[in-house]
Amino acid sequence: MADTPIPLEVRNIKKRFGDTEVLKGLSLQAHKGDVITLIGASGSGKSTFLRCMNLLEQPDEGELIVHGEPIRFKETKHGREPADWKQVVGMRAKLSMVFQSFNLWAHMTLLENVIEAPVHVLGKSKQEATDHARELLARVGLAERADYYPAQLSGGQQQRGAIARALAMDPEVMLFDEPTSALDPELVGDVLKVMRDLAEEGRTMIVVTHEMAFARDVSTQVIYLHQGQVEEAGPPDQVLGNPRSERLKQFLAPKH
Amino acid sequence: MEALMNWLEAQLADNSIFTLQTLGYYGEGLVTTVQLVFLSLIIGLVLAVPLAIGRGSRHAWLRLPIFFYCYVFRGTPLLVQLYLIYYGVVFVEGIQDTWLWLILEKPFVPALIAFTLNTAAYTTEIFRGAIKSTPRGEIEAARAYGMSWGLMMRRIVLPSAFRRALPAYGNEVIFMLHASAIASVVTIMDLTGAARFVYARFYAPFDAFLFVAAIYLCLTFAIIYFFRHLEKRLLAHLKPASG
Repeated sequence: MADTPIPLEVRNIKKRFGDTEVLKGLSLQAHKGDVITLIGASGSGKSTFLRCMNLLEQPDEGELIVHGEPIRFKETKHGREPADWKQVVGMRAKLSMVFQSFNLWAHMTLLENVIEAPVHVLGKSKQEATDHARELLARVGLAERADYYPAQLSGGQQQRGAIARALAMDPEVMLFDEPTSALDPELVGDVLKVMRDLAEEGRTMIVVTHEMAFARDVSTQVIYLHQGQVEEAGPPDQVLGNPRSERLKQFLAPKH
Repeated sequence: MEALMNWLEAQLADNSIFTLQTLGYYGEGLVTTVQLVFLSLIIGLVLAVPLAIGRGSRHAWLRLPIFFYCYVFRGTPLLVQLYLIYYGVVFVEGIQDTWLWLILEKPFVPALIAFTLNTAAYTTEIFRGAIKSTPRGEIEAARAYGMSWGLMMRRIVLPSAFRRALPAYGNEVIFMLHASAIASVVTIMDLTGAARFVYARFYAPFDAFLFVAAIYLCLTFAIIYFFRHLEKRLLAHLKPASG
């Protein structure tokens, strides 16, 4: 375990919105090939925690180490900010995110969405990016839909397209922010299937989700958050199969 | 060409108002109007893009002057702005001794300046609204995929905002075409200027102004057609898939 590279590590992340402290010192270590699922009730801070990892939210305290390189921060009058935005931009290019509401760029076709960041952020040639994008779209079952605009696709198709967009970056870590929560129940399966395949091929993934079956079957580690703190963490059969805390037991109990 | 002129002359033979000469005035007026409107729209558009971005800045020193500029130019009549620039500039101390006077002495450039500043103010507001209504998620995705602010503006925010602004901007173009009619009050022989001249010469208001109204209608039709074409192309992403 000590020998596997650690593409992402966060230490003691704290974040407050106004007077409420939403993250009270959270840490996490993602080894290569790990699939870490973050679970918890709404308001537990799991999405905020994930968004702190690529600095879509600025943590007030804590460290962020991407591929062994600590992100540098500085204090400003607006609070703590990254000292070097170039470093952040480079870091984000290594972590790609899949959002709850897909967030595909509406004025671009699916193919254009997928090649956008590889061409303009990573500086790949358009031809190379396009070839790669077509492969990825085929992989998520959308080869026929490359020239459609997001509004012309179903939610499930959009989300699979967004996963193709994330894969096109050749990311070291993929961050999933409740990727199936905005989908109709019958569309969830397709998206989860794509995610299972990714986990099987050894992608490093951090997934915020309500899909307990996914967490149980796929993850290497499950972290249960409650009010901005880790209540329980460990391998899925331990955390989900044999929960110790009362809260987690209640959280996992079948709802009526 | 010769034959065409002869044919035209024959058509106009029993007509005392629309002679080749007066039609020539209308023709020159058309050229002037199109030049004036086209130039002011182009320059106004180029000015409006950075202004609209600055208008939404979080820095007050950038945001407030632009707000003030837009407020003043949208809050006063274009005619008054034109008077101020055309008649007011004479009173600027020493300007008559500089090379600037050579271009400001004639009414075309002052009118162009007034129209440009006016349309830039309106266009800034149109774009500001469109930029502001960029879906938050699309901006987050741009940031999450490692785009710098400049790249995000260029690739995501502005292309998306331009498309949203298109129908409102098409309206502004038509508005500018009609507003350009007031150029005639500072002696510019634009379309309306030509119509006024013909009216004064023959005392025939209906002939002179109905004819020019028809020309404005044709121009407006061309603008509407152009924007409809543009919307069809650029707003394709909003339409449901065919088939």
